[in-house]
Amino acid sequence: MIAEIGAFAASLALALSLAQGVMGLMASRRDSRAEATAAIAQAAAALCAFAFACLIALFVQSDFSVAVVSANSHIDKPLIYKIAGAWGNHEGSMLLWCTVSALFGAILASTRGRQSLALWSRAVGVQGLVTAGALIYTLFLSPPFARLDPAPMIGSGLNPLLQDPALVAHPPLLYLGYVGLSVPFSLAIAALISGRADQAWARALRPWTLAAWTFLTTGIAVGSYWAYYELGWGGWWFWDPVENASFMPWLVAAALVHSAIVTERRGSLASWTILLAIMGFGLAILGTFLVRSGVLTSVHAFAVDPTRGIAMLVLLFIALGIGFGMYAWRAPKLRQPSGFAAVSRESMLVWNNFGLAVAAGVVLIGTLYPLIVEAAGGGLISVGPPFFNATVAPLIGVLFLLLPLGPMLTWRVGDMRAALMKLAPAAILAAVTLIAALALSNWRAAPAIGLALGVWLVAGGLIYLWTRLQRGEGHVSAKLALLPLAVWSMSLAHIGAGVLTIGAIAETSFRSERAVALRPGEGVAFAGGRVTLLEVGQIEGPNYSANRASFRVDRRGASQLLSAERRFFPTSPMPTTEVGILGRIDGDLYVALGEAVRDTPGAWSVRLYHNPLVYLIFLGGIMMALGGVLSLIALARRRKVGP
Amino acid sequence: MSLLAMLVAAAAPAVLGDPAQEARARALDAEIRCVQCENEPIAQSTADIAVDMRRLVRERIVAGDSDAEIRDYFRQRYGDFVLFRPPWDARTWALWLAPLALLLIGLLTIFAARDRTRAGAGLQPEESER
Repeated sequence: MIAEIGAFAASLALALSLAQGVMGLMASRRDSRAEATAAIAQAAAALCAFAFACLIALFVQSDFSVAVVSANSHIDKPLIYKIAGAWGNHEGSMLLWCTVSALFGAILASTRGRQSLALWSRAVGVQGLVTAGALIYTLFLSPPFARLDPAPMIGSGLNPLLQDPALVAHPPLLYLGYVGLSVPFSLAIAALISGRADQAWARALRPWTLAAWTFLTTGIAVGSYWAYYELGWGGWWFWDPVENASFMPWLVAAALVHSAIVTERRGSLASWTILLAIMGFGLAILGTFLVRSGVLTSVHAFAVDPTRGIAMLVLLFIALGIGFGMYAWRAPKLRQPSGFAAVSRESMLVWNNFGLAVAAGVVLIGTLYPLIVEAAGGGLISVGPPFFNATVAPLIGVLFLLLPLGPMLTWRVGDMRAALMKLAPAAILAAVTLIAALALSNWRAAPAIGLALGVWLVAGGLIYLWTRLQRGEGHVSAKLALLPLAVWSMSLAHIGAGVLTIGAIAETSFRSERAVALRPGEGVAFAGGRVTLLEVGQIEGPNYSANRASFRVDRRGASQLLSAERRFFPTSPMPTTEVGILGRIDGDLYVALGEAVRDTPGAWSVRLYHNPLVYLIFLGGIMMALGGVLSLIALARRRKVGP
Repeated sequence: MSLLAMLVAAAAPAVLGDPAQEARARALDAEIRCVQCENEPIAQSTADIAVDMRRLVRERIVAGDSDAEIRDYFRQRYGDFVLFRPPWDARTWALWLAPLALLLIGLLTIFAARDRTRAGAGLQPEESER
């Protein structure tokens, strides 16, 4: 019964979304019709949310007469993973996509602000059509509420790798980011229809791009952290196509966050901002397609069904076709912006956008290239980390070289000499880092440059904060409290990028690793200490059994205990690893338990890793996301106070 | 093939004694795809075949092969797909040149846009307040 009610609610939501689309696009001058559009948008969102709640209820009840539940849940699964099962599969995640799109449509409809009625109403209309498109796809090609007859008794279970708290949060966060980019798209199309993209429009755009970027940042960071501790070898980023699928929209969202600032403050770059908004949403759909269509074979992609993939490509081409078509037709009519000098805040933001957009383009080509070669009959090739590290990394490096200069320059015309003078201490610190790293790493250039860039970003961000504190009268501590939130948010995000860079370089270039076979009681010297295997026991979890090994780590007179597991789920042929991690100031000691060694009775294969400063990667990600959150709060406050 | 791999595996140790050689092996491990589990490097995979492939890497290093020769060795046995580093041949020129092309297109776009809105002369600095 719940399934039928859910399907009915989703169908009603589809009808309402279509109505929202038509009404929104038609409404121009009449307030009453706009109010009706907003009410429709809210009703559609409520119905979508209700339908998704029905799906969660079915998973909680373990109603195996519903096909999706039976294929992705299991009666013995802990409650949290039953709930997460609702979005841990193709159909459910598509319904989540629709729900988020409808919710964002309702929020957009409730926050008109200072936008013109026509522009706002059209944006709500386009958002309605986006939701409708997603709902049509979901209801007709991947129905989440389809029944099974006869119903199985226990269900086949969720992939054990995914039964993890981080992976409960990872997909919804990414979807909030992906779908968050649909609102800038709707606003961009509305601006093109209306023939104007003014500062009020950019002001409406900014919170959405920031929110989408923040969700993507958090989602990627959580996914990366999951890979780090769950996959059992300490890898946190592998340029896997599925990782790239979230990285491309992230890059474009980051560009959009910056270009929207220029458009809002100076009125410049409006048509570029529109183009970015269209591309950002296109990449978000592409990301959903790559992950959900099964076109890539990877640990992330589970669904394999070409008709769905083709339907999703059709939706992608409709969105991009309308977007680029409208852009080619209407963008030349937009008012040409005011100018700026070659050295100015604006020009630095242009270079920022140049770097981020080219990086997104390179990742796109690298990700799709193997598919193109295969389709053209060129056989199977791989485009992996060596390609991306050789192309994207230098590009990001140049971007980071310029980054600290941006905030130091004023709008319209900046003074490069003065900016460089102020940044001189950061440059000296970076140069010292470069030389020290070269000397200590046996003259390996790439990691030394990377570390120096990270230091340059952190020091540059701190110097910017310091110069802001020099302005005006009064004591530094009094001015510290008065510093605008926007200054904090930007500095936090930029320093976070530096912190992440330092962590990433330290981990990838200076990690150490050791594979050993240990019998209980035996130990091995590793990373400045000694790791001893104490015992290996058999334990029973809620829906798995496991070998659990306990270790003692002795270092500088102190000893700490650590345990690592190898889990066996009856529903899955491959065991999963639960590593033991000992966080220290110099980095993580990371222990993974392998199999019992065949030719040495009683011995277990154990892999030891020392990952220097690895926590900085995740700290940097958190700082960047926090910067996004602070910036959102700053925008919300400003909205309340007025311009 | 797997028989050969097993014979080799018996001959080479899982970890090389020489740290420099082992570091080379680790770097190669991260560039070679596990042929059983698709999107994982042999450095990560726990599959038996990955264990054998890791030993094969070390066996080639001990035999004195260069990194390029070892990559070639794996390419000949498992095809281009096994290497995460795309080859440089007629199929992939476009791939390797694409970043340069994108850079060039981006630069041309920026300079074209700059010429259109050239208004830099006579601008005065203004206080930046955010």
